This record gives sequence, C-alpha cells and structure tokens, in this order.
Amino acid sequence: MNKKQTRWRNRIIVALVLFAIALIIENTGLLEAWFGTPGDLYAELVLFLIPYLIAGYDVLLKAARNIGHGQVFDENFLMSVATIGAFALVLFPDTEPHMAEGAAVMLFYQVGELFQSYAVGKSRKSISDMMDIAPEFANVMRDGQLVQVDPYEVSPGDEIVIKPGERIPLDGVVIDGESQVDTAALTGESVPRQADPGTEVISGCVNLTGALTVRVSKPYEDSTVSRILELVENAADKKARTESFITRFARYYTPIVVGVAAVLAIIPPLLFGQDWADWILRGLTFLVVSCPCALVISVPLSFFGGIGGASRIGILVKGSNYLETLAHADTVVFDKTGTLTSGTFSVTAIHAEGSFTEDDLLAVAAHAESLSNHPIAASVRTAYTGAIDPERIQKVEEVSGKGIRAVIDEHEVLVGNGKLMADAHADWHDCELAGTILHVSVDGEYAGHIVIADMVKPDAAEAIAALRRAGVRKTVMLTGDRADVAQAVAAQLGIDEVRAELLPQDKVAQVEALLEAQAAHDPKGKLAFVGDGINDAPVLTRADIGIAMGAMGSDAAIEAADVVLMDDRPSQIARAISVARKTMAIVWQNIIFALGVKFAVLVLAALGIANMWMAVFADVGVAVLAILNAMRAMNVRK
Amino acid sequence: MRKAFKLQDLDCANCAAKMENAINEIDGVNKATISFMTQKMMLDADEARFDAILDEAQAICAKIEPDCVILR
Repeated sequence: MNKKQTRWRNRIIVALVLFAIALIIENTGLLEAWFGTPGDLYAELVLFLIPYLIAGYDVLLKAARNIGHGQVFDENFLMSVATIGAFALVLFPDTEPHMAEGAAVMLFYQVGELFQSYAVGKSRKSISDMMDIAPEFANVMRDGQLVQVDPYEVSPGDEIVIKPGERIPLDGVVIDGESQVDTAALTGESVPRQADPGTEVISGCVNLTGALTVRVSKPYEDSTVSRILELVENAADKKARTESFITRFARYYTPIVVGVAAVLAIIPPLLFGQDWADWILRGLTFLVVSCPCALVISVPLSFFGGIGGASRIGILVKGSNYLETLAHADTVVFDKTGTLTSGTFSVTAIHAEGSFTEDDLLAVAAHAESLSNHPIAASVRTAYTGAIDPERIQKVEEVSGKGIRAVIDEHEVLVGNGKLMADAHADWHDCELAGTILHVSVDGEYAGHIVIADMVKPDAAEAIAALRRAGVRKTVMLTGDRADVAQAVAAQLGIDEVRAELLPQDKVAQVEALLEAQAAHDPKGKLAFVGDGINDAPVLTRADIGIAMGAMGSDAAIEAADVVLMDDRPSQIARAISVARKTMAIVWQNIIFALGVKFAVLVLAALGIANMWMAVFADVGVAVLAILNAMRAMNVRK
Repeated sequence: MRKAFKLQDLDCANCAAKMENAINEIDGVNKATISFMTQKMMLDADEARFDAILDEAQAICAKIEPDCVILR
C-alpha cells in the first residue's frame, strides 16, 4: 500500500467505527429519549453525517469540481447524488429515514474503491516485476580499467564483463570465461544454459556461476532486452475488440441509466400520483448501479494479466487483440525448417554394405568431406567422433553437382549422390529413409550410404498432439523441402496436410487459400502461422495471427509476428492458445457476471424490491469480485 | 513523433478511457492511447505542435482527474 492508500484506509476505518457507534445509538432508542420527536430525526441526521463526511468528503469535492469542468456523469457525481438524495429523504416526514443507508453506501463505495486501487496496483506491480528484465549497467573495459556505464553507452565491439549474479546487459559473444546462464526471464525455461567462449549470449539473462567476458554484438537499442521491452510496452496500444466494446458500452451505459433514474424518480409520482419518496429512492438506487467501473477495470486487467502471465513462460503477445484472436485459433500452419525441425542437418542413419562397418563408412566419408564447407559435409564431420588425419587424404576433388572424388589411404573414394555412383558403375541402391542420402564407394565397390536429415525438434510431436487436444481442427505444414522428406516429417508428427517444394512466394498463396478454406468452414475460427525465417515475414503478416520463433528467429520475422515464442519449442504454441482461451474465458465471465448482476439489480430496483444495499453490492462488490477474477489471468503455470 | 509518457495518479479506468477519447480529438494528434494498466500514454502527434498538444492533453487529464499528471 502506498502512502495515499494508507491515509485513505485510516480514514475509512475511523468512519466505519463512527458509523457503528451511530448505528448502536440509533437502535438503542437513546436519541428519542434525549431529543424527543421529531428532534431525534435531526439528531440522527447529524449522527450519520459525521461518518458520511469523513468517508466521502473527497468524493463530494471531486463531484463538485467535475461539474465545474462539465464532467457530469462521473462516478463521484453519481455517488454524491445518490447518497445526498438518501439523506434528503428526511425532508419527507412520512417516510422511513434512509440516513444509515446513505452513509453506508458512501462507506462501502470507498472500501470498494480502496480495494480496487490496491488490487490493481498490486497486479500492475507483479506484472511489471515479471517484466523487469532491463539491465541497469554494463561493466566495460576502458583503458584497461573496468568501469560501470549505462548500457546505452556501450557500442558493438566493446568488451564487457558480467560477474556472477549480474544481468547480461547487451547481446554478444563470450570470448572468455565459462558459466551457466539463467534464461528464465526471457524464455521461461528453468534449466540454465552453458556459456563457453564462442557462445552467443542474449541480454536480459542472468549470469549465474562464473564471470564472463563478452564482445558486444549489437547496440542496446537492438539488443534482445530492449526489443522485448518495446514489444511489451506497446502491447497496450492494441486493444482487443472486447476491450473497445466495453469502453464504448460504458460511454452509453451511464447516461442511459441516469436518464432512466430521472424518469423513474419523477414520472410515476408526477403523472400517477405515486409516493414521491419511494420513487425517488428507486431512482437513487439506479444511480448507484450506473457506474461501469467493474467492467472498465476488469476487462483490460484480465488482458494485461494474460499478457503478463504468458510473458512469464516466454510467450510474448504484442497486444490484447492478438490474445483474443489466438483464442479462436482453428487452423495452425507451420513452416517446417526451424519451426518443427531444428534447421540443422545431422546424420540420422548409417547403412554399411559388404565388408564395410558403419565406423569405416563414416570415417571414409568424413575424411573425403573434410575440406568442404557444405552443411552436409559439416554434419558428417560432426557425426564422426574420431579426429581427421590429414595424412590419410592424398587427393580431393569436387565433382560438380554429384559429390566428391578423393584418394584416401591409397584407395579411390567416391562420396556423393546416385549419379556419382552410376558413373562409377558401383552396385548402389537407394535408401527407404527420407533425407539426403550420401552414397560411398571405395575402389568402385559400393560401401553403403549415410542418411542426413534435418532433425525434428524433440517436442514437435507433442506440440501437434497438444494442439489437437486444445481443439485445433487442422494442422498444415508448408515447406520448400522435397515432398518425400516433408511427408516423412508430417507422418512422424501427425500433421494433417503437407504442401512441399514451395517457393517463398508460394507460401503466401497457400496461406491465402487456407484462410479462404477456414472462412468457408467457420468464419469465427482463425488461422495461425508459425515460422521463423526471413522469407516468412510476408506470411506472418498475412495470417490472422503470426507466431514467430524467437531466439533463433530472424529480426524481420519477430517484427512481423504478433506473438513471439522466446524459446524455439513448438509446444509453446498450445500453451499460448490455452493462456489466450483462459484469458478470454475470464473476460467473458466478468462481462456476463457484472452486467447480469447490474441488470438484475436495476430491474429489482425499478420494481422497488432492491434497496440501496443491494445496489452498492452490484456496484462495488461486483467490481471487487471481477478484479479478483481478472487477477487469475496472471497465474500461468510454469 | 511518437512518445511514451508516464501518468501519475491515474486512479480510475473509466477516466483513462475518457481522457484517451478527448486527447484523440485534439488537433494534430494522430493517435493517443492510454493504458490504465501500465499507467502510460503513448502519444503520436504532429512534431511541430507536440509541446502545445502535450499541454492540451495535460489540461484534459486535469479536468477529468484532478490529481493526474503527465510526467515529461
């Protein structure tokens, strides 16, 4: 609680105590004994005015000031009119006095307001704490001395030192030191990552165990941490349809209810000779319910909580509107490479033939490919655990478009595709596995083949299954890769549809076709596209909602996307959808609950059944409950 | 020009919505958004009149919520 709130609370407590005393005095009949009739009525008025004024003088002042500014329908004004009206009923001598109610309404209004202010402040703080990943300083080497400077002042190429426990201020590459790095603030991933010389580290992570010297690769403005903060800050700009609807609704709701209240208070007594006091009271009860606060606070609070909660598990949502769209995801379209697969090639199978063992095959291939910088060659070398012995290689030459011809250990070795084998008249055959097949022959004899494929991410199959459980109707994979490779991956993961051998511009056309299919099937359902590459940017923009894989994804994709997954696990998509659905559920619960209670009380008040106590509940009580409900949106399980 | 401002003592969500509407009506404002949650205003307005616009915005805020101050 801040100072303002503490003072506010103390004032309310004093008023509550005085109110209780006033109630006791009234009920014991002391006033009648002391002042007689009708003197007791005026004594009672004074008695209840004391707690009323202590609790609500600021409301009355604000109301008066706002009328001066032409702000008639604000909540202070409504509360003032309602409560003053309740007190003023004392002027009708033949009605029950409503002074206790007048004071109580003001008191509970203030209690509710204080709670609202506290709850909103608290959830705001816990969300901003969660997003508090901005580094405060950087330790830079300047003239052989380590100085602490603002991260803004560090330029690319500078060397910075990050001590254990400090936050990494700028993106860069480790040049010295070894440590564990906690990326939880960015990715939600609790297992720390190892950082050695050569490792890229991203800003916003916390260095845990050892000091690291890092060469800065990006200025602060372009570093991960400032990009993320910018995304989150701007998220509030993009309001959800539900949110704008509520704001618009609030603009009409209050004047209408106030109008009805006026009609209710004046028309029946004036035209039909009904009791003035009774109908004025009904009108006043209307005024108490006329504030749309419960909705106006709780709906954005739910969205804010949902965005905050998602960011805690490494899902950045760029606006409430995207959370809303994501909740309706019905078709999810994936890019293959880098999204469902890791985008790095590795050896997935070795099939040796004849007298060769798997180890022989791999050793020969690794040596033959030792000078090539093709990614396929690199993956063969990675798979080979032994050291490359340059002495063994006598000659290496490239056969354009086919592979490599080499002389290793005095044997003629061919490593390459089927054409190369056919040229050498080796007795080769194709492999049943999907991927790039590297055939090897030694002195014209077929030695077998090595299968190299893009690795499917470990959680990709689970990601698809989770999406299906979440009610996603259709999953589609788009790829520029060969059809057989794409089919194999899709079958392994359980993806419904595959479109292979696409050029980047084809992807947009495919997504447009899928959007049409989605609209034809269910116009409310949305299409999400998940990608990471630069050529995904147009598709990310075209889809109803674009999801980019963060840490590895390109800047352009992150810029174009609406949702960014900080770690590259595709299983996060289903979690993002479930956070979005939960948030939307909370939003609708609040809208229905708040409006339901308000309308019910309005109807009951018009019929003369609801009293002011119920009206106060419909206003403040509902707001408090809606806020408590909204705060649930923040709780996202790690 | 686009700039973010912190709003101090913005206590009422409905007021924030009202301020946002009123500030968007100011001549030269392309888009203004007020987030009650982050207590921030994002103002995208004509560069030449930016300061004058900001003064007008402050006047609007004070009118709707007397305590509310735009920190600049």
